[in-house]
Order: sequence, then structure tokens, then C-alpha cells
Amino acid sequence: MRPATKKMALLGLCTAVALVLAYMESMLPPLFHGIPGIKIGLPNIIIVFVLYRFGLWEAAVVSFIRMLAISFMFGNLMALVYSLAGAFLSLLVMAVLKKMKFLSPVGVSVAGGVFHNVGQILAAMVLLGTAELGYYLIVLTITGTVSGIFVGLCGAIIMKRIPKKFI
Amino acid sequence: MNQKAKTTPTAKSGGQLFRNDIIFIAVVLVLVSLLGLCFYLFRGDGDEVVVTVDGEVFGTYSLAEDRVVEIRTGEENEELNVLVIKDGKAFVEQATCPDGICAGHRPIKRDGESIVCLPHKVVITVRVTNEEAPDIVV
Ligand SMILES: [Zn+2]
Repeated sequence: MRPATKKMALLGLCTAVALVLAYMESMLPPLFHGIPGIKIGLPNIIIVFVLYRFGLWEAAVVSFIRMLAISFMFGNLMALVYSLAGAFLSLLVMAVLKKMKFLSPVGVSVAGGVFHNVGQILAAMVLLGTAELGYYLIVLTITGTVSGIFVGLCGAIIMKRIPKKFI
Repeated sequence: MNQKAKTTPTAKSGGQLFRNDIIFIAVVLVLVSLLGLCFYLFRGDGDEVVVTVDGEVFGTYSLAEDRVVEIRTGEENEELNVLVIKDGKAFVEQATCPDGICAGHRPIKRDGESIVCLPHKVVITVRVTNEEAPDIVV
């Protein structure tokens, strides 16, 4: 297989897995009743993996296609805007931290988890013109940290199982 | 699979990176707590008070109009808390509860502030009208 074709196929596979994880997560009961937005962010495991094994551009493409597909399947346009803002801020922060080589994938995905929520809240603040959401950010940062640890550990395990050589 | 293929970014000086992770997580949590404190201290005013008795909504009153609400509770309406709304603030003027904590509470006006009367199971909370959490998905 040509390298470009192989890469395309692998990225397609990653996108599909991210979609399945998102779907699985949507079926789980909410972690905290009445507080939307608190999720583990299972698809982010794939995003972290793609970021480390392929790069920022590839991770952005997979992330974008995943968001688009999810919003077509069960979301609405407003939710897509929040998600995109969160996903891209998160990805950007992760890419920068990864380049700095200061943190392991676990630390990097904690930052990703936190900034995912920061991005969403900032988008909501701008769109709804309210600062009230500030409190919400506190809760989401703490949950983002916890889920980031989980996502990072899963990502690290997958990276161990699928070495660079394979790709 | 050779040894090199097994090497991942985590395996490189893993202990050092792990320590950095812990420091990083601690710094994030401290910063957020400070941010939270700021939000708490500088939060905006609410515009209505919601009174609940034993978890059920007793009534909702605008902070914009001055009024006095007698919150009568108990089996024979023998328990009383007098809620006063004045100049955009709410406070309990008098109460028949044994501890009197609610009546001693300073006036509230900020979003999320509340006065609780435990003996009477009365909770008075300030909030912003029609505040809806946005539909956020991850
Ligand atoms: Zn009382």
C-alpha cells in the first residue's frame, strides 16, 4: 500500500472509532444529573492518539469530521459551535504542550480536557452574552482534569500497543 | 517486535514526566480555585427569589418590587418566617424557629445566594430569571 493511502485508511479508521466512542458515551447515563457537559470525553482518547502518532493537522481533521458527523446524527447547530470551539482550543493547547516535551500524554490530555471545557464555556459566554456561566467553568475544570487523566492513561496504553513503526 | 518499537513517549524518562504531570495538574486546580473565588466574589445580582419548603417551590418573587411574604409552614401553619424584599435585597425579618439563624442572616441579592432555615425546611435562593444552562455536548 502507498504510504498516503495507508495513512488515509488509518485516519478513517480512527475517525470511525471516535464516532463509535461518542455514540457509546451518548448512551451512558449522565455522570451528574442535571449538569450538562460533564462527560468523560471518550472520543478524545482517539484524538490524543492521532495527535501523538500523526500530528496536529491530522488530529484536527479527525476531530472536525467527528464533530460534524455527530452533529448531523444527533446534535444541533448550536451544540456544534460549542463543540468546535472546545475541540480546537483543546487541540491547540495539547499540540503546544506536546511540542514543549514537558508533560507526558497524561498531563497533555488533562490540559486538553480542561481547555475543551474552557473553549465551550467561552463560546457560550460570547453567544449567550452572559457571564453567569463562570461558575460552571469551575465544576467543568475539575471534571475535565479527572476525565483528562483517564483519557491520557487510555491514550498512553493504546500508544504502547500501537507503536510508531506500525504506522 | 524489537526493543525500539516498544519505546513510547511515556517510556522516555517516565518518572520525570510523571512528576511534571502532577505539578501541572496541581497548578491547574489551584488556578481554577482562584478563578472560582473571583467569580464567587464578583458574581452578578439576581433578579428573583425562589422560596422552597421541604424541597417544594412555595413561591417566586421579583427582587424589583418591595413586598413582605409570610412563609407559613408546619402541620398547623404554626411555623412562620417573614421574608422581606426591599431595595432589591431579600432577608428574613423575623422567624419563629428556635435557632433564629435565618433571621440573623445578612440580606441577599447576588445570584446563587441563599438563606436557609433548617428547622422549618425553608430555603430562600436568589437567582436570575430564566437562567438556562446551554445545551453543551462534548
Ligand atoms: Zn430559621
